[in-house]
Amino acid sequence: MQGINITVTVLIASAVLSYLIAFIAGFGRLSNNIFIRKFTGFYVEVFRGTSLIVQLFWFYYALPGLFDIHLATDFWAAVIAIAMNYGAYMSEIVRGSILSVAKGQREAATALNMSRFQRMRLVILPQAVRMMLPEFGNYLIQMLKATSLVSLVGLTDILYHGDVFRSTHLSLAPTVYILILIFYFILALPLIWLTRWAEKQSSKGVASE
Amino acid sequence: MTWNWNYVVESLPAIFQGMWITLGLTIACYLFAMLFGFVWTFVRRIPWRPLQMIIAFIMEFIRSTPPLVQLFFLYYAWPMVPYVGLTLDPITVAIIGLGVHFSTYIAEIYRSGIESIDKGQWEAATALNLSLKDKWTKIILPQAIPPTIPMLGNYLIIMFKEVPLTSTIGVAGMLHMANNFGSKNFAYLEPLTLVAVFFLVMSYPTAVLFRKLEQRMNRRFDKNNPTGKIDKGVVT
Repeated sequence: MQGINITVTVLIASAVLSYLIAFIAGFGRLSNNIFIRKFTGFYVEVFRGTSLIVQLFWFYYALPGLFDIHLATDFWAAVIAIAMNYGAYMSEIVRGSILSVAKGQREAATALNMSRFQRMRLVILPQAVRMMLPEFGNYLIQMLKATSLVSLVGLTDILYHGDVFRSTHLSLAPTVYILILIFYFILALPLIWLTRWAEKQSSKGVASE
Repeated sequence: MTWNWNYVVESLPAIFQGMWITLGLTIACYLFAMLFGFVWTFVRRIPWRPLQMIIAFIMEFIRSTPPLVQLFFLYYAWPMVPYVGLTLDPITVAIIGLGVHFSTYIAEIYRSGIESIDKGQWEAATALNLSLKDKWTKIILPQAIPPTIPMLGNYLIIMFKEVPLTSTIGVAGMLHMANNFGSKNFAYLEPLTLVAVFFLVMSYPTAVLFRKLEQRMNRRFDKNNPTGKIDKGVVT
């Protein structure tokens, strides 16, 4: 079972990238500029409206043909596909959390003569991020599950190695797949605990209406 | 290689054929998940602690492992499991695999719906001397189910987007058709883009529909928010 490092690296890389995308797109949808708003809205709807596996294949097979873009390696094609997909989902959470910070908080910050940037950084975000955490944790688990798809475009993750092993030892198939499932579960366990912890944290000390 | 419209037209019939299978499979998986979700929910309500813990563990396990691996397990490994193993055809595997996976999510929705019912309703039903069946079918479920409909709808869309996973075990859905067609002609660009467009065209209107439904439901069930509008304002 040597594919575990690939699974973990893909997970970490796509998680970091997708959080970044989520924040950029989340702020983009709240922008005052209508073009930025529409553009990010379009991006979010497209990536939420199609399925990850289709996007993955598209990034892998179609993109090089269409624009002659070669996303360096298979690894990056997979990471970018996962990150763009989950970034789109999570941008909605970023947007929702920022909007759900109580209105009085924003008004108070304005009354204190804070600039737009200060208001966001010092008052709104610290409260909004706490609300985002549990959902981010959930999506992290979803992303872990999504990394199993990368074996379909030829990355040698746990599932890929398991499949190769199965094809040479046909009678061991049940053991192989149960082992893989347990591996994923063990990887997911810390994330589940993290999410539970985040849920507890998020309910503390947030101003509500 | 550039975009070729003739090739788009050529690949249409194959993908269209796959579309029906994808749609049919989505509905079959969904119904299976809805029914199986009830099973989880009610088994979890049996007041016997060890059973509850085992069920909770199984649900957590199913939920946090990839559906793709579960499909592979059912397809390749299930026939070799001693005693209960039997060979299943890809469609059955798809329905059971995805159905069970998503039933764990749907069970959570049911549970949240049932738990949101006011305690007074239970007590009133008991006070009125309703039978167990009447209590559930006349008091609890009619109140518990409608607020969960938008969430259930979201899962329909999510499942629709997970169904292409089944192309890996040979169900001839849209993605499978597109890949076949692409490998025949060594050109994946057009068929795959078409599949993406098809998915978007079908899932986006449904998503909008369910968002509208959610607003209406909020209006009906949320007393604090009588207009039912979801705040979509711009940060100023």
